[in-house]
Amino acid sequence: MDASSFLHQLVQQLINGISLGSIYALVALGYTMVYGIIKLINFAHGDIYMLGAYAGFFATTILKLSFLPALVFAMVVAAVAGIIIERLAYRPLRNAPRIAVLITAIGVSLLLEYGMMLFVTPQPRTFPAVFSATVYNFGGLIVNSQQVLILVTAVFLMVTLTYIVQKTMVGKAMRAVSYDMDAARLMGIDVDKVISYTFALGSALAAAAGVLVGVYYNSIDPLMGIMPGLKAFVAAVLGGIGILPGAMLGGVLLGVVEAMVSGFFSSTFRDAAAFAILIIILLFRPSGLLGKNIREKV
Amino acid sequence: MGKNWKKWLGATLAVAMSATLLVGCGGEKKAATSNEIKIGGNFELTGNVANYGQSTMNGVKLAIKEVNEKGGVNGKKINLIVADNKSEPAEAANATTKLITQDKVVAVIGPVTSSSLIATAQIATDKKIPVLTPTATSPKVTFDNGKVREMIFRSCFIDPFQGEVMARFAANSMKVKTAAIYVDNSSDYSKGLAEVFRNAFTKLGGQIVAEEAFLQKDTDFKSAITKLKASNPDVIFIPAYYQEVGMIVKQAREMGVTIPLIGTDGWDSPKLAEIASGAALNNTFFSNHYSSEDKDPRIQAFVAAYKKEYNQNPDALAVLGYDGALMMIDALKRAGSEEPKKIQEALAATKNLQVATGVLTLDDKHNPVKSAVIIEMKDGKQTFKEKVNP
Repeated sequence: MDASSFLHQLVQQLINGISLGSIYALVALGYTMVYGIIKLINFAHGDIYMLGAYAGFFATTILKLSFLPALVFAMVVAAVAGIIIERLAYRPLRNAPRIAVLITAIGVSLLLEYGMMLFVTPQPRTFPAVFSATVYNFGGLIVNSQQVLILVTAVFLMVTLTYIVQKTMVGKAMRAVSYDMDAARLMGIDVDKVISYTFALGSALAAAAGVLVGVYYNSIDPLMGIMPGLKAFVAAVLGGIGILPGAMLGGVLLGVVEAMVSGFFSSTFRDAAAFAILIIILLFRPSGLLGKNIREKV
Repeated sequence: MGKNWKKWLGATLAVAMSATLLVGCGGEKKAATSNEIKIGGNFELTGNVANYGQSTMNGVKLAIKEVNEKGGVNGKKINLIVADNKSEPAEAANATTKLITQDKVVAVIGPVTSSSLIATAQIATDKKIPVLTPTATSPKVTFDNGKVREMIFRSCFIDPFQGEVMARFAANSMKVKTAAIYVDNSSDYSKGLAEVFRNAFTKLGGQIVAEEAFLQKDTDFKSAITKLKASNPDVIFIPAYYQEVGMIVKQAREMGVTIPLIGTDGWDSPKLAEIASGAALNNTFFSNHYSSEDKDPRIQAFVAAYKKEYNQNPDALAVLGYDGALMMIDALKRAGSEEPKKIQEALAATKNLQVATGVLTLDDKHNPVKSAVIIEMKDGKQTFKEKVNP
């Protein structure tokens, strides 16, 4: 491989990696927000992503919505689902040991996966082409309009989220609860409500990722959330769990690493590399890449 | 009074129904004289691959009906006794046991899937009744632990054969020199095919320039595709199932990969065109058991007869079922007797038998050597490209 073709491949893999990574980032944000506020690894998060993809699917096929309304519809459905799950499964365990909540989260995850299988059959569905793909060719570098769409939507949602968390009253309350739940309660903050908001926001982001993936890869099924859920978890830990910019950084970084590994070593090692990162981070920098620099949580 | 009346009616109906049942049984017993040959049919009529079982059974029934109309085999009519295995291996074993011990069949056709068939193999071996599957493609069906399963036969080609077919198609028909392989690492079907393709293609003078792998349920293939593209192959061989293949083809075309993509019968599904979109599938080819557009007069005759009988287009399983029944009928003719041992010997000696999809000869592992067809996708539609003979 000569130098120019190497460079060409490198840039192409970078493009592939960033579009994949922005999906991970969106899902990772939900993990990190929930962890930041109630110290729970919400293993059902990947399945909320799947739920969002199905909501988007039914919105486009049955309700005949176009891309943007379908995206919003899916986000609302997932937000409601997130609130309900929190209310029914996690709130009763608020003062239980953390391991009990963690196991409940795994239970909820399985319930969603196999419950959906019951309702929508395990048969994969084909997402309708709501957003036609135009392929741009920049001197051999290929960028797809859907990749651009993913990136733009992801960046827009992340900016919105940052704004909500940093500039609004709800965001302020979230940050307060994340610092010290008891103190926040003493200050008159309705902690349960704030936690509900957090689940709603995180779930909506996951649903957006689900719809984007559905549009991009054209195929959804009830178990589609497992792998991206785990990868997003790795991304969240990589960036520093509980830290919003960390989840974004971790997601994009993980996507790029996966693309580079399959591009320059072997596609067989791709998943191994992702989880090797998790182990290395946990061994050498358990607080994540941004864990030391930025103290602020949620 | 009203309630009593209902009870009375219920009881009458029940008696009437059981009477009908008895009559049914009696009728069957009477028919079971020596001027018919009883063949068992063990098919997936309910459960998750019910459509496979139904199609195969339709094909089998058509062949038997045709031969019975011409006077049957050696002066006797064939009576197909069908049992449903509910698409489950355990039920398949029960069904074969029932067919052999209660219905006293002399041979069994089916089940359709490899795992169900393997579950019945031991029973057939113990009872010394030959079993023929028209459709199970796993090599283990007839050959296990270094030994041929004496009683088990099949009339379709085995999985690895398609790897050879596609290697020959690439080297001889497409005249390409280099190929890349993109294999599904989570499937034995895929890995087996990749290995056969690699060996056969290299033997034919070709060169494998790249090999990449993915897993079932993967959704992003762009990194590997970028890498495969950089190795500049003339063709990419993707022996996998339609779900992932659809996404791979779509993403490959988006990435500017215009070379032919080739695969095997795992591609055969209407879903493929839905996932990949028809335009992306242009310039792709895969091997299959048969194509209803094959101009071969035997195929066309079969398609016409099937349409007349069932009012629908036959799929690959229907034609395989038909061919399987033809192979069984041929063996019965040559055996000249209803002794299972004789039938078994005749099946094993099947040679140059003309069936709908080609000429069939059984090798020493009870696997047929027969032709495959290459399907070309044109605007999302399957079209017949050519026939590859072994």
